[in-house]
Formats: sequence, structure tokens, C-alpha cells
Amino acid sequence: MSEATALLKRGGGEAKVLAGGMSLIPAMKLRLSSPATIVDINRIEGLDQIKESKGRLLIGSMVRHHALETSELVRTKARLLSETAECIGDPQIRNRGTIGGAMVHCDPSGDWGGSILAMRGSLRMVGPSKERSVPVDDFLVDTFASAVAPDEILVEVSVPLPPPRSGGAYQKLERRAGDFPTAAVAVQLSLDANDVCTLIGIGLTALGPKNLRAKRAEEALSGRKLTEDTILDASAAASGDSEPTDDPLRGSAKYKKEMAAVLTRRALNMAVRRARGRGDK
Amino acid sequence: MKGSAHDVTVRINGKPVRRKIESRLLLVDYIREVAGLTGAHVGCETSNCGACTVLLDGESVKSCTMFAVQADGRDVLTIEGLSKEGELHPMQQAFWDNHGLQCGFCTPGMIIQAVWLLKENPHPTETEVRYGICGNLCRCTGYQNIVKSILAAADVMKQ
Repeated sequence: MSEATALLKRGGGEAKVLAGGMSLIPAMKLRLSSPATIVDINRIEGLDQIKESKGRLLIGSMVRHHALETSELVRTKARLLSETAECIGDPQIRNRGTIGGAMVHCDPSGDWGGSILAMRGSLRMVGPSKERSVPVDDFLVDTFASAVAPDEILVEVSVPLPPPRSGGAYQKLERRAGDFPTAAVAVQLSLDANDVCTLIGIGLTALGPKNLRAKRAEEALSGRKLTEDTILDASAAASGDSEPTDDPLRGSAKYKKEMAAVLTRRALNMAVRRARGRGDK
Repeated sequence: MKGSAHDVTVRINGKPVRRKIESRLLLVDYIREVAGLTGAHVGCETSNCGACTVLLDGESVKSCTMFAVQADGRDVLTIEGLSKEGELHPMQQAFWDNHGLQCGFCTPGMIIQAVWLLKENPHPTETEVRYGICGNLCRCTGYQNIVKSILAAADVMKQ
């Protein structure tokens, strides 16, 4: 690790970290990216673990999407994350691509950003002299711009483990299997015994310049009882929170705003069903 | 030689292949140009088509989207390594029996991906097969018989 961060420091911004390479290598072939130095972190040990510790799920940055898709721990404790992993790219991409690489890439259409926002995750980076953690809201800076400094390496993505009566769901609209989303919504919520929403996170994907938190939609539900009406209100608010642009391949901004509401409603309904199911046990 | 040179050894179909290469060389080019195995095809070079799919330590990957240096010391299986002593692998036989190919360009990648799919999920439904090969394009659009072949192979292989 220290060798890797030293190489990055020496590269002075011209060096690039290679994780799964599912975005970097295609970008290099198209000459969109021509890094002078590539630092391959695939052989650094210990970055590919998924662990539970002190109420959090700790995911090493080099954990591949396929591992998150199939991990029993993730499936039982953070269904939103396994559901997100399932719809990334195609099987070969999931075998190679990593959660850390995807987060650092900060593609506004990337599936992970919205789900990590919904789960209120945080990200830990290691630099040549120190390490630090930032909440996901500060990590996602802008289109293709994360908070990782040129000489830092993202080592871990972590999320708080949801309390009982929690549920999460990822709803992705895509033109065909394996495509980037036209729009996607991630929801993570917790209910008390009276179905009052005690925790709520809603993340939007492909609905703005970066993965966005649907703040007004969250406010519409926080501390309120989840009913058909409050869910519809929150869905409309999520549409208002979204900032999509017209795109010749995947539809107009107007269409995507409508889809933001539809997907939010579906994700909320699914998350509520899951939260109740867990409470019944 | 541009960039740094690396002395790598990749075990391809069980046989070590050693060469000093540029760091930018792609794994598919190592397999085709250095090892001389032309089964893994270069279809799109944009990570879309899956014709270059091989198994890397047992996991299916698109070999056009990896550097060869990353495979140093690791095991690669290509279509050429599937048959044993002249006997077709059950997946190859199923593609043969069910006419699972038309022009054949996507076939090596399809078959390798299908082998990985059955390793992960030995009894897939038709839908699971279709999603399982969503990273492999057949430009003849001959998917019907490809799916049929994979399901037939699953039947044979579970016996």
C-alpha cells in the first residue's frame, strides 16, 4: 500500500489507479484517458474482504460486484446492496469490476453511488502519510470527480447495518440487460412498530450530474407513517429532486423526471414490504 | 519497447507461456499473438461483445479489457483448452447438437461464458441463461439455439 501511494505521489496527478479496469481500460482505448503511470492495486492484499464489525458492513474497495451479488452476509444484512450488484453491467463485468473503482470513477450513471447514498455509507481513503474517512455525500463531488486525492487510494466502503424492520430496494430502468440505467432509484428505510419511518435514504442514479440524494423526498417521509399517500408524495418530491438532462439514447429530461417518480414509488413499496417481512420473523 | 517491460508467465490451458511484454499489451493479444491461440476473438474491443471471453482463475472475464501483465502467474482457460483428448466438452457437444452457432464468431466466448454460468448455477432457467449471456453478443442473432444448447448441456452435465 505504501509503495502504491508513493508511486501515485511521484506521478503527481498523471498516475492513475487501476482497480477492475472496467471503465479505465475502455477509456484508454478510446484515448479519453492516457495516464503516464498506472498503479495496479489488484495484488494488494486485504482489499477484497466483506466483513461485519461494530454495527457496520465493511466492504474492501477491491471487492468485485459478483462477490457482493452472491455474498450471503450482504444478501441477509443489506439486501439493497446485493440487488444493486445484480444489475451492474453483464456477468463478465461483475466478475472483474469493483465497488471501489466504480465509486471513485463517479459516473453519474454508476449503480453504486445512489445505493451508498441511500444507506448513508462512508468511504475510507489511504494517502502517503495519513488516512481519512468521508461520508458519501462529500465523496461524490461532481461528474467523474470524487473526493479521492491524486495520491490517495480508496480502501473501504462501509455502511451502517440496518436495524430490525428495515428494508431496501433498487429499481433500475434500462433499455436492455447490461446497459447503463436510463434512471434508477435506491431506497433504504426503517420502520417502527406503527410503520412510522424512522430512517430513510433515497439515492438517485442517472438523474443528475452525479448520484444525488433525494432530500425533499426523504423529508417527505422522515417521521411520517408510510401509507400510499405519503409514498406518492415522496415519489413526486423525488422527481422534483432529480436534475436529468435530455439524452438522445435514453430519453428526454421530462421522461426521466416521470420515471424518477415511478421508480421511487416502486422502490419504496418494495422496501416497505421487505421491512415488514423482516419484522414478522 | 515503449513503456516498461515486464517478464510474465501466464498459464494458458495448463501450459506456462512466458514472454517479456509491454505493460499496455492486452490479455487477448497475449493469448492470440504470443501464445498463438486464436480461439478467443477480438470482436468489438470496447468490452461489449464478449467474443474474447476466457476464464481467469475460473472466473469469466473479457480478455480485451485486462492487461496481460495482470494475468502474470495466473491460470487462463480458452476455448482450445476445453476438450479433453479429442473429446468435445459437453458444452461444445451441445452447441454442435443444437446448431448453437451460425457464423461462429461469437461461439468461443459464448461457450466459455456458458461453462462459467453452469459452474455458478448448474440448473439455470431459460431466463437465467439469457441474463447469464447478456455480456455476449451474437450478431447473427442466433440466440434461440444458443440458449437451447446451454440448457441441453445443463441437462447432460447434471447426469
